[in-house]
Amino acid sequence: MSALTDLYQQLILDHNKSPRNRRKLEPADGRAEGYNPLCGDRVTVYLSLDGDVVRDIAFEGSGCAISTAAASMMTQRLKGKSVSEAKSLFEKFRRLLTDEHGVGDGGPELGKLEAFGGVRRFPARVKCATLVWHTLNAALENREDIVSTE
Amino acid sequence: MRTTAITAQPGSAQHRPDSFDVERVRRDFPILQRTINGKPLVYLDNAATGQKPQAVIDTISRYYAAENANIHRGVHRLSVDATAAYEGARAKVQRFIGAARPEEIIFVRSATEAINLVAQAYLRPMLEPGDEVLISTMEHHSNIVPWQIVCEQTGSVLRVVPINDAGEYMFEEYEQLLSSRTRLVAVTHVSNALGTINPVRRIIEVAHQRDIPVLVDGAQAAPHLAIDVKELDCDFYAISGHKMFGPSGIGALYGKYELLDDMPPYQGGGEMILSVSFEGTVYNHVPHKFEAGTPNIAGAIGLGATVDYLQQIGLDNIAAYEHELLDYATEALSGVPDVRLIGTAKHKAAVLSFLVGDIHPHDVGTILDLEGIAVRTGHHCAQPVMQRFGITATARASLALYNTTAEIDALVAGVGKVRKVFG
Ligand SMILES: Cc1ncc(COP(=O)(O)O)c(C=O)c1O
Repeated sequence: MSALTDLYQQLILDHNKSPRNRRKLEPADGRAEGYNPLCGDRVTVYLSLDGDVVRDIAFEGSGCAISTAAASMMTQRLKGKSVSEAKSLFEKFRRLLTDEHGVGDGGPELGKLEAFGGVRRFPARVKCATLVWHTLNAALENREDIVSTE
Repeated sequence: MRTTAITAQPGSAQHRPDSFDVERVRRDFPILQRTINGKPLVYLDNAATGQKPQAVIDTISRYYAAENANIHRGVHRLSVDATAAYEGARAKVQRFIGAARPEEIIFVRSATEAINLVAQAYLRPMLEPGDEVLISTMEHHSNIVPWQIVCEQTGSVLRVVPINDAGEYMFEEYEQLLSSRTRLVAVTHVSNALGTINPVRRIIEVAHQRDIPVLVDGAQAAPHLAIDVKELDCDFYAISGHKMFGPSGIGALYGKYELLDDMPPYQGGGEMILSVSFEGTVYNHVPHKFEAGTPNIAGAIGLGATVDYLQQIGLDNIAAYEHELLDYATEALSGVPDVRLIGTAKHKAAVLSFLVGDIHPHDVGTILDLEGIAVRTGHHCAQPVMQRFGITATARASLALYNTTAEIDALVAGVGKVRKVFG
């Protein structure tokens, strides 16, 4: 695979074109806004929880293909999952993008999220993929302040 | 006004100055031999920083290898020579921008520092609550934030001249915004995000009719246009070494001598004093009053070398050639479906900010990078410009004297590839 098709895999392009769960969620149990000062992109994550389980999750905002697809695929993946599963998925996802030693064993499988593996070759774009996950973290803590990738 | 050379000759192939040979110019810049991702480097990010000619690289390494010493404080030979080289660079910058005397050139870290110096050392002591500072929508953040800070410190008000849909300074609105409370007008000579060349001469004339001083941010003008601060009659002019193919960490502030002489120091330390005791300190004269501590000696000497280099080629030749490139690039990019140019001023430097359909500029930038093409994507430190056009970012190709029409062709092909990936 060339670096180009490795980065812009069909799955990512599809989610960019028709993002899932891009809408407002009201009322929400958790809500947070993320900001990437590098490109000025903003994303808002909304959460509705059923005890420890993510009953519904949605996002708003527009950004590059990587960040839009990351938000779309994250929300798709997390619906019905527990908060601790979400957190360990984030950890795995982060390692997929940055860690040369791979994603490690145990815990939930990344599954389709592995499509973002190509981002590792583009250090300037890693934050595009992780912004929405950082924002999710803030929403889980229901922090109202803006998280930033910087 | 000499700077009109760039607009006086609508660039077309017939107007190419015989003395300008781009292939020869390219050989002066070693980095242009590099490949990126297996492709020849096409460097179109000149508004962010310029590449360095061998003459500048050699001057800096020779300085460190054979001439290094501190300045203004030794009786030994090396120090005397380094002082002469440093002050010689000041005189070169003076001639480069047409200043009356070398003391009117203050070496600073960057255009940013030049503007902060004026905001704090010139403007702050005179500002009263309710006074106004007038800037424009198209300013770089470094010509916005220093004024915001000083306004906050003094209870003054920042006022902003709007720009039109082409990205041009709205002159009538400017005249209306000038008031009896306006204490300073600050404006960029050339917009880094849009390429607009502002009518600074007229802006200054109108401000001066009301005795209002004007600072011109020349960071984007110095690499591309002939500058004559005496003819412009500006009160302050800021330039940036790294944008004009010189070293980073060096810039210069031009100020009219009388203004500089009246100003308090900006920072305290060595070099900026004549004598120090605990009862009081006598400040040094202009320009040393503003150059506290050991300055960027190698940077200043490197800036002198870049000024020599640009003058040897001739700013009018550079301007004419770049205008030709701009026309070529504007036509070529406009011909690509879905491409929208942001910034279509009549008087423009060779900056092309553009959008490709609704594809995010970062995706455009990444795909171009894979083709070896370096463009900037984002808000270009000019978020108010983005807000004015209702966007968050653009891709920007900013050209310089060593770029070629073949490189523009590569850009256009790259944009074609972007459209294919996202088609
Ligand atoms: C118009 C303009 N002004 C000021 C600056 C800041 O220059 P420096 O990097 O020297 O601080 C820039 C750099 O991007 C610029 O484009």
